[in-house]
Amino acid sequence: MTTFNQGARILSATLVAGALTTAPALAQDKEFTIAVSIPAATHGWTGGVVYHAERAEKEIEAAYPNIDVIVSTASSATAQVSSLEDLSATNELDALVILPFTSEELTGPVEQVASNGTFITVVDRGLADTSIQDLYVAGDNIAVGANTADWLVEKLGGEGEIVVLRGIPTVIDDERIQGFTDVIEKSNIEILDIQYANWNQDEAFTLMQDYLGKYPNIDAVWANDDDMLLGVLEAVDQAERTDIKFALGGNGMKQVIEMVKAGDERTPISTPYPPSMIASALYMTAAQFTGQAPMRGSFKLDAPLITPENADQFYFPDSPF
Amino acid sequence: MSSTEVRAAPEREGVSIPWGSLAPFIALAVIVILGALINSNFLSTNNLLNVVTRSAFIAIIGVGATFVIATGGLDLSVGSMMAFVTGIMILTMNGLTPSLGSWAILAGAGVALVVGALCGLLNGLIITVGRIEPFIVTLGTMGIFRAFITFMSDGGSLPIDRSLRDPYRPVYFGDFLGVPYPVLITLFVVLVGAFLLYRTKYGRRVTAVGSNADVARFSGVHVGRVRTMAFVIQGICVAVAAICYVPRLGAATPTTGQLWELQVITAVVIGGTLLRGGKARVWGTVAGALILEIIANVMVLSDMVSEYLVAAVQGAIIIIAMLAHRFTSAR
Repeated sequence: MTTFNQGARILSATLVAGALTTAPALAQDKEFTIAVSIPAATHGWTGGVVYHAERAEKEIEAAYPNIDVIVSTASSATAQVSSLEDLSATNELDALVILPFTSEELTGPVEQVASNGTFITVVDRGLADTSIQDLYVAGDNIAVGANTADWLVEKLGGEGEIVVLRGIPTVIDDERIQGFTDVIEKSNIEILDIQYANWNQDEAFTLMQDYLGKYPNIDAVWANDDDMLLGVLEAVDQAERTDIKFALGGNGMKQVIEMVKAGDERTPISTPYPPSMIASALYMTAAQFTGQAPMRGSFKLDAPLITPENADQFYFPDSPF
Repeated sequence: MSSTEVRAAPEREGVSIPWGSLAPFIALAVIVILGALINSNFLSTNNLLNVVTRSAFIAIIGVGATFVIATGGLDLSVGSMMAFVTGIMILTMNGLTPSLGSWAILAGAGVALVVGALCGLLNGLIITVGRIEPFIVTLGTMGIFRAFITFMSDGGSLPIDRSLRDPYRPVYFGDFLGVPYPVLITLFVVLVGAFLLYRTKYGRRVTAVGSNADVARFSGVHVGRVRTMAFVIQGICVAVAAICYVPRLGAATPTTGQLWELQVITAVVIGGTLLRGGKARVWGTVAGALILEIIANVMVLSDMVSEYLVAAVQGAIIIIAMLAHRFTSAR
């Protein structure tokens, strides 16, 4: 009986809130504003972040009419600082969901926003001072590298010669490479070469051509990102090299997941570092205000291998990434 | 007038070759020899073909940039423009594939050339009619073109239709009598560029406008028209590069052609064209493009440099090449 009553009360409250959107709001039907600050769509992965953020914005605003979500993109760390200043100057922010461009540069400005009592959710890249954040949502870059390496060590029988492509010199890239090399070092697999290709398909193509020219035998290549993997595959195909047994990436780009689903022999797996984590963060932040569900703490997404069996769970055909 | 005549040296190239114009080729030879000493794989046919084919993009765009820079202009938008033209071309081809089949590739290439020329015309007209510095105008259009390709691809990648993949692939990966098509296309573009620059009235006007616009104007040259035309040539060259680029990866992304404008300008200047205008060296630009690509290749082939320092060594080599150039031309 009591549960029924509670349910009815919540139901009527929602109805009232819905009916009163045009009338002056009552005290208990407070409107909440959640600002989302993310990097602009400059490459595949951030393109995915923007896509998922905008999608989650629509879903949350439709589900909770009293929540207003503002998505703001920035093309550099400096631009993100400015956009934070603009957002907090023109809105009363109840929460800020931020995927910081860089850790150090954004720490101060986010602290500024937090000092007004705004709930802070940090996504992906951590701030230099973790005491500022209320909620932290991130993927596990070390696991991305380590899980791929574990799989590779097993498939190659613990020995062989491989080459590695790095992304842009950042914490993300460092952690992935560290996770990968730590596992590889324990086996008899030799990393022949490791160079930066800046998460860029063209540069990955060029670098792979050079690797192929330099080493007569390569057993496997790890591109650390699926965008780069596409460039690598093109170079391997052109050289018609059959010594390369495995070419692996990471991040779970839809083109690569399609290959995994189709049972490609050279690229049978990928590891997720999903741009949709921004949507997870946004939903959890919304729950902090709408449900009786405290959301303070750290939430780390796992990086399980994407295989033909589970690939459907990681496949978003409409996403640009 | 006397200064114009001194700088119009390229016309006399056949008679006596000054050391200055040979410098980029000497630098190229030195870097090739260094590469061969560092790793014997460098001289393998495959490696050399890869490197020469890759440098086609910068070389082709560089031919157009030689015109623009020789008139005293500068185009920072070429990288973004290439990505934009690539995007339009892919959308056109994908749209026409159901009705035209493989012919959609030709249609797409045609559209690319028109769009490229129009982009160049836009740059040129804003600069000459609006009387704004080329640096600022092309900085603006650089952002505009980049935003358009990001918009067209939703920040992800914009692939060509699967059925076009195989018929189009040979344009980058195929060869004629062992010479890859992109190299042949580069040669064609350079020959046309050299003819225009050194054998036509328009070419003489380009360097005249670049060395002294006022003097050129007084002698009856329509300066604005010459400058605008240089930007149109640049746009067409960008489109030709785009036509060679699409079959390589079969997609356009927001990072396509990123920072190519700087590589192009570097190639042009290493080649001996003056950044302030008035002197054009089309063949030098090709040498410049090859030098840049070979340096990057040798860096990967050598094990001497830490992956963190590669960019520093590349930068140092470019500066040393320019200093060597300065000393040889001073003689």
